[in-house]
Amino acid sequence: MEFFKYISKRILQVIPLLIIVSIISFFIIRLAPIDPLAELRLNPSISQETLDKEIKRLKLDKPIYIQYISWAKSFLKGDLGYTSAGEKVSTKLKERIPNTLLLTSIVVFMTWIVGIPLGIFAAVKKETVFDRTLTVVSSVGMAIPSFFFAILLLIFAVKTGWFPVGGLTSYNFNEFSLIGKFFDLAKHLVLPTVVLFTISLSGLQRQMRANMLEVWDSDYVKFARAKGLSEFKVIFKHALRNAINPMITLLGFEFAGLLSGAALTEYVFQYPGLGRLILEAVMKSDINLVMASLMMGTIMLILGNLIADILLMLTDPRVRGTK
Amino acid sequence: MREFFAKLFQDKFARISFFTLVVLYLIILFANFIAPYSSSYSNRDKAYAPPSKVYTIDEKGKLSRPYTYNYIREFEPTLMQTIYKQDRSQKYYLKLLPKVGGKRHLFGVQDGGELYLLGTDINGRDVFSRLLFGGRISMTVGFLALLIVFPIGLLYGGISGYFGGIVDTLMMRFAEAVMAIPSFYLLIILAAILPTGMTSVQRFGLIVVILALIGWAGFARVVRGMVLSIKNEDFVSAAKTIGASNLRIILKHILPQTTSYVIIAMTLSIPSYILAESGLSFLGLGIQQPDASWGNMLKEAQEFTNIFYRPWLLTPGILIFIAVLSFNLLGDVIRDILDPKSQKRI
Repeated sequence: MEFFKYISKRILQVIPLLIIVSIISFFIIRLAPIDPLAELRLNPSISQETLDKEIKRLKLDKPIYIQYISWAKSFLKGDLGYTSAGEKVSTKLKERIPNTLLLTSIVVFMTWIVGIPLGIFAAVKKETVFDRTLTVVSSVGMAIPSFFFAILLLIFAVKTGWFPVGGLTSYNFNEFSLIGKFFDLAKHLVLPTVVLFTISLSGLQRQMRANMLEVWDSDYVKFARAKGLSEFKVIFKHALRNAINPMITLLGFEFAGLLSGAALTEYVFQYPGLGRLILEAVMKSDINLVMASLMMGTIMLILGNLIADILLMLTDPRVRGTK
Repeated sequence: MREFFAKLFQDKFARISFFTLVVLYLIILFANFIAPYSSSYSNRDKAYAPPSKVYTIDEKGKLSRPYTYNYIREFEPTLMQTIYKQDRSQKYYLKLLPKVGGKRHLFGVQDGGELYLLGTDINGRDVFSRLLFGGRISMTVGFLALLIVFPIGLLYGGISGYFGGIVDTLMMRFAEAVMAIPSFYLLIILAAILPTGMTSVQRFGLIVVILALIGWAGFARVVRGMVLSIKNEDFVSAAKTIGASNLRIILKHILPQTTSYVIIAMTLSIPSYILAESGLSFLGLGIQQPDASWGNMLKEAQEFTNIFYRPWLLTPGILIFIAVLSFNLLGDVIRDILDPKSQKRI
């Protein structure tokens, strides 16, 4: 019961947050010196009448807070409007969001599988050659600009011909069998995954190492050792369970970082994700699309944090107690 | 202070990084003098010329003063491509401290010669010189953004934490909302709505402001947390009893306590501004041509032909990498010194 109370409280907190975010984004976009109808105005086949209709529909003749309210109403109904090319914004988003989610979840999964053990190992073997090398490697990983790394990998892909360059599927994707489809997808995902993986792995590994070192000096770990427990048990039963908690909070932030990092990576690899969508929308000043994808990105980020909080509650009894 | 630097230089990585950064900043400070070409130089006949080769041994195998050959552009009909060939008929010797257009440069080449140490770009501009001028923007953008972020973040966090209650709740909800928007998405949107037709100085200033708008919220939140714990200390109550105003207590008594965190946060966040600026400019939303920044120079690397046949266009990426790496390594060591609790690298 306690558990559900906590979760519903956290979900309720999300609502005002989303309202503030939508107000901020809406005002930024609408107060900008961008004419949302510029593209329509330049089109000679569109009559003044149609333009007036569009102005009425977007309520551009009304003050900005009325525009916001009408936008919010239709957003809640799931009507996100049309892109400047005339497509439905919601269809566009439905196409792109799963791709970004796929990429980021693979990356998060892999960084955890690799980063946590590496961090533990580096902490346990503190000051050894292994630890020092890892520190240097992770510094390098954190310093490469994602787009530059992506470009280097593109060169590699073309020179070796091992990986396809760009996109998510081959042109003849629909002709493949199920297994063929899977491998085709996997092949296209390798390079973007490597870029994001390298960048987020470095941070995760360092954080894990730092947390582990922190609990390493605590009394309960010393006590566990003094009891004569095996080193394995000390690490995994006592130290790790405490060191992992801050990492779960970090999961939410990692997700945020990935969404941002993914935008540039998606751009370089021509990966059809949310980041590239918002970039294209921004370049075309497609206001409806920008607004909708900004909201979707925010919702994804908030959900990521929410999931992290719930996970933390499951693993850390202290959080359950205080809340 | 002296103790701090002594500790800093004990660390090998910190020493190297510090030295690298000092060299980088000296180079961009004296860019006008070191760069062989001015920032407005452009040789339209030599687009994408490869790096000039500098020889110190002449064709007879003897040691010689350093010299170089010019490139001549030819059209290869079978490949349907423009190619560059060395014009071996004329040697051009390198000169130390020559006077070009009334200004002295560190080095140059004899009249009529062309010296492109890192080749040229699409407009026939010298990549090496542009790297130096671009560094001026890329390496300072972080510091300038911090000049905006810190006062805002300190004051915002200070007020929020000190007053508490409804003020705190409202201010923090707003900061959280800013943080909830994926930062890079917000960044590109803000950059995209900048009006066109600004001077390059105005544009640079606004990019700095935008970067600061993204960064202040997280910083303010941490300051608020620190203020919450500081405000119950005795010296704050003492200041209150003698009738100090709220603003005075925040500015003079509470915020100075956060200094060491501020320094740590500062060094640790500079790389993220450098990366953000280069990412923006890479997308064409940041610093605009003809001004150079490391990010917008890399924009040319978006084309396949460029990265395969003109690898010298990738050099700005290496410089971004070196700068960010140095700041990161330095930041790690500074954190260890100022904040003994963190044991990241000990």
